[in-house]
Amino acid sequence: MTIDILMPALSPTMTEGKIARWLKSVGDDVKSGDVLAEIETDKATMEVEAVDEGRLDKILVPEGTEGVKVNTPIARLAGDGAAARPEAKAPPKPVAAPSAPPRAPAAARPVEKEYAGPTVTMTVREALRDAMAEEMRRDPQVFLMGEEVAQYQGAYKISQGLLQEFGERRVIDTPITEQGFTGLAVGAAFLGLKPIVEFMTFNFSMQAIDQIINSAAKTLYMSGGQMGCPVVFRGPNGAAARVAAQHSHCFASWYAHCPGLKVVSPYSAGDAKGLLKAAIRDPNPVIFLENEVLYGQSFEMPAEGDHIVPIGKAQIVRTGEHVTITAFSLMVKYALEAAEMLAAEGISAEVIDLRTLRPLDTETIVASVKKTNRFVSVEEGWPYAGIGSELISVMMEQAFDHLDAPPVRVTGLDVPMPYAANLERLTLPSAAKIADAAKSVCYRA
Amino acid sequence: MPKTKKGERGGEVKSAPAGELLKYYRDMLLIRRFEERAGQLYGMGLIGGFCHLYIGQEAVVVGMQATITPDDAVITSYRDHGHMLACGMDPRGVMAELTGRIGGYSKGKGGSMHMFSRQKNFFGGHGIVGAQVPIGTGLAFAHRYNGHRRVSLTYLGDGAVNQGQVYESFNMAALWKLPAIYIIENNRYGMGTSVERAAAGPALAERGSSYGIPGEQVDGMDVLAVKEAGGRAVAHAKAGNGPTILEVMTYRFRGHSMSDPAKYRPKEEVDKMRTERDPINQVRDLLVAQGTTEDDLKKIDREIRDIVADAADFAQTSPEPPESTLYTDILVGA
Repeated sequence: MTIDILMPALSPTMTEGKIARWLKSVGDDVKSGDVLAEIETDKATMEVEAVDEGRLDKILVPEGTEGVKVNTPIARLAGDGAAARPEAKAPPKPVAAPSAPPRAPAAARPVEKEYAGPTVTMTVREALRDAMAEEMRRDPQVFLMGEEVAQYQGAYKISQGLLQEFGERRVIDTPITEQGFTGLAVGAAFLGLKPIVEFMTFNFSMQAIDQIINSAAKTLYMSGGQMGCPVVFRGPNGAAARVAAQHSHCFASWYAHCPGLKVVSPYSAGDAKGLLKAAIRDPNPVIFLENEVLYGQSFEMPAEGDHIVPIGKAQIVRTGEHVTITAFSLMVKYALEAAEMLAAEGISAEVIDLRTLRPLDTETIVASVKKTNRFVSVEEGWPYAGIGSELISVMMEQAFDHLDAPPVRVTGLDVPMPYAANLERLTLPSAAKIADAAKSVCYRA
Repeated sequence: MPKTKKGERGGEVKSAPAGELLKYYRDMLLIRRFEERAGQLYGMGLIGGFCHLYIGQEAVVVGMQATITPDDAVITSYRDHGHMLACGMDPRGVMAELTGRIGGYSKGKGGSMHMFSRQKNFFGGHGIVGAQVPIGTGLAFAHRYNGHRRVSLTYLGDGAVNQGQVYESFNMAALWKLPAIYIIENNRYGMGTSVERAAAGPALAERGSSYGIPGEQVDGMDVLAVKEAGGRAVAHAKAGNGPTILEVMTYRFRGHSMSDPAKYRPKEEVDKMRTERDPINQVRDLLVAQGTTEDDLKKIDREIRDIVADAADFAQTSPEPPESTLYTDILVGA
């Protein structure tokens, strides 16, 4: 039996090379692992080792030959020491290849139940705490970890009382070690636990972003669907007040960029509770962006029942005719204030609270813009490649013929957040800036 | 206080019963032949991208695997083919993942560096140096949370040991007494940089000493020494005493990846390790000394060759993933 030795590819990009030197001669015995030859590529000279065993019967390409294509037979082995070498086969064609290239599936449109029962007034802080407590009572695999979440009761008091109710096993103070405990949560989730990871603020998640994206978001895909990662990463996001550049960062577009994540950013207490409960029950990694300024604000919300708000659904929080304004988190408050100001000037604004940033509820937004024909996007983060950029792309693709004016973005300005009070005010969106933008798309500026 | 055993030889074990040795011989030979075939398929252009072979390091995973049960968890970095075979994953599924086919463990979506088996408690296969260490610590955390008397084996290289997140993990594992065993596979080179040029301080086994984690240096070319040290670490963890660091002194006979010209280490060093310290030959010698015949060994060699040839054949005939799978497995339930 003879076996052809083929010119090997020695790097991901090599197509041909030079046989620099043969280290075995015809008649030599060859054992697995013996160096047969030296091959020069455009990058390096490398040794080629034998895989099969036998006697070198013939050298087909003499040393010094250049431009030898990968997979050309370069020598022949004789002997029975080796199993039949695999034949180089062209990869089989994919079975039943679809005629059209695959498209990203549209996210299923979740259904939100109308609530008609009694209501209660509650702060966002209490709503978040209740959401965690209810889910921890419901599912023993859910636990909370983060800096100061247990004994200190939460740096922003979101986890107040949880240690007392659930104990140290399930409410865990971590060292200040974001990358470490984020990776630890991912591993725990691979084994079926459902961690809630609190970042004291999302600014510190940047320490852990490799674990969030490379480990939490991508592993399900890379494992062919085997390794789900049901972790909720939550904490305050964006600017608080006068905490300057490193502590005022909005991560909405950063995380919304990544397939494998869901990204949620509620405004009201009811949505904070309902969406956090949905996030904890979701089998996927969910980024849950809160806002420090909202924690103490009160909202009327459902008082009874298992209040769940589905991920992936925006909400029209004020109906209007002349212009659509989208916002999320604290910016919804400013958008609503702007709508009041606009109403006084005879402009009827429709305000949409996006609530979920990935998967985006394009249907609700596009339908609104088709009605109003004008669009303003509001976000606190930077403009470049931001959420507004994405929304305007959606408008170009799905509502182009319906637009009566170029869409406008109101964003945080393209600078690291300054500390000085006056400069910080200049940087952040405000109700007045949103109202001005809405007037400009209505040609009323 | 942490105790570090100096020197290359891990313990006093000289031999073991023939049945046990035969298993190690077989398991190590499967990895060796599998990797040789993977190298060949790479050379033929059937495996793409990065491909890191485990040849020379077989005694590490085979020795450690002998200390755990199927319920324990295993995680490693991207030089992972040997770990998967040692965990009992099907060579067909591993090889078909290398060739990017639907029959691979990740349906062709992961490749050499990203493979998993939930069924075999193998948690990857991670391409980012050091990232598997907190995750492996989380596996240990989950065992503890669930009240299971199980351990997590987290393998890392001598290069990864300089990553910050490794120490974040050591800290939490020691703080919470997690049943985590960190196996530093010291093959002397992080890609092309020798340990001496990358790592300050004494033995890597002592890298956990400031956390009170016991460390031990083990001869990684001796499967029995690995098994003995691994057994101590597993017993320590299962008794609730927390993590252990094993610095396993090993050597890769091949380059860092397939495209490694290996100019950073002298050829004589490689040759010397291959001829004097080959982990498979060491076990083979023990078996022969105990009376195992050449014929018996040849029979095993042939069985292994058949398994590997079958895996290679499967990996070439399994179809590429259908295009309809492009958007599946991004989210659960979507």
